[in-house]
Amino acid sequence: MTEKTLKFDIAIVGGGPASIAAACMASENGKTVAILETSPWLGGQLWRSEFPRAKTRQPIKWFSRLSEASAKAFLSTTIIDAPEEKTLLAETSDGNLRIVYDKLIIATGAREIFLPFPGWTLPNIYGAGAMQALAKADWPVDGKRIAIAGSGPILFAVAANLRKKGAKIVLTAEQTDLMSFLRFGMKLPLLAPSKILQAVEYNSQLIGVPYKTSCWPVEAHGTEQLESVTFTNGKKKWKVDCDYLACAFGLTGNLELPRLLGCEIDSDAVVVNDYQQTSLQDIYCAGEPTGIGGIDSALTEGRIAGLAAAGNVKQAKSLFATRDRYTKFEKAMAKGFALRDELKNLATPETIVCRCEDVTAGQLSEFNDFKSAKLQTRCGMGSCQGRICGSAVKTMFGWEDKSVRPPVYPAKMKNLE
Amino acid sequence: MSDKVQIKINGKEISVSPQTVVATAIAREGISHFRRSVTGKPRTPLCGMGVCFECRVTINGQPNTRSCQVLCEEGMEIVTDD
Repeated sequence: MTEKTLKFDIAIVGGGPASIAAACMASENGKTVAILETSPWLGGQLWRSEFPRAKTRQPIKWFSRLSEASAKAFLSTTIIDAPEEKTLLAETSDGNLRIVYDKLIIATGAREIFLPFPGWTLPNIYGAGAMQALAKADWPVDGKRIAIAGSGPILFAVAANLRKKGAKIVLTAEQTDLMSFLRFGMKLPLLAPSKILQAVEYNSQLIGVPYKTSCWPVEAHGTEQLESVTFTNGKKKWKVDCDYLACAFGLTGNLELPRLLGCEIDSDAVVVNDYQQTSLQDIYCAGEPTGIGGIDSALTEGRIAGLAAAGNVKQAKSLFATRDRYTKFEKAMAKGFALRDELKNLATPETIVCRCEDVTAGQLSEFNDFKSAKLQTRCGMGSCQGRICGSAVKTMFGWEDKSVRPPVYPAKMKNLE
Repeated sequence: MSDKVQIKINGKEISVSPQTVVATAIAREGISHFRRSVTGKPRTPLCGMGVCFECRVTINGQPNTRSCQVLCEEGMEIVTDD
């Protein structure tokens, strides 16, 4: 096995907007910077189609700024361990890479929350953000009948984008109720005025697309692949024919690395101070792992983290007020789209909860905690290492798994020797 | 963009642009069985971002490779539902 060691003042894990903002700030302040990104592109999920050539305003600005910065991006590079102090071990296409850093910025982004319901493992059922990401990567959506379900403003963005790409949106089902939705909307002018324009734009693109609040999927039907979905509004149920279902119930930060490193975590968020510094002095965190806040929050936190890690305290401070406004937006969003209790009980005993090991809800209901369920059924012990079923068992049974062991991502045997 | 690259999916030769994500190339062939689950059920990608591992296929002989995280390259051989 080949292994290379490289040293940088600042290492940033993740390659999305928070990371790019942090990398620009840190390198503009004279630091050597490495971006470590697991996928073959920069930009994270939101800007992935903007790489290598950005097409819209915000990513054009940041990608060009990054290209003028001295930061070095390592793509297709997955962190698998933190073998010693201030050192990360990454798997790359040609062997392992050891990154030694002075300061670390965690910007690992978020993944979607999936809640099991009968039929949710059928082919052609995707996450909501996943459908968006796949469509940006030219997934065949043209002419497809697509139902969108779940929670959050993301459903509008997904519907608008899929429609633009020629899909027919048969239903957009938002689980939250109309009052919570409107209360969230009323906070926008104060907390995120830029989102109003976006909302108006989506609205005009979505004329004629059925949008329902207090509505969620209860069962997906099909033999070899998805054919239809049964929805409910709590009172009645009805079936909608569709080719794809794009469904997710919000986002949750990718916390495996901060857990492995020992950063303090509270309520599914990495605890940070005003400078985005974690409970460990040389480790900073920005973007979704500190609480789901969206792109503007991620960019601002990334800038603060990059500046603070580079020692430019004064400029970092100048961004606190902006960041605090986005934090309020974050809280309003969490409140407006809190998940309803009915979603906890969608699975029947036969419904698969752990997709890697095909463990059903019935099998899991025999256990009192995640640890014994894991040991007896292998739930959460497959390839995804609990990244998907983790939020499901937390919502359904209140189980939480805080243990993380290297390799934090499945790695080739030869790279672990 | 540069020229197309030739790849093989389940033995069938197709040409795609070099920035194509392998998962997309598979889906565009109308394939919706990327892998079989441990109890034999067909699966397609769920997360689209490399965390769920449902998009695993064999690429150039390397099994269990996440097709949503790899770009098509000249001569690449992809086998699904393995």
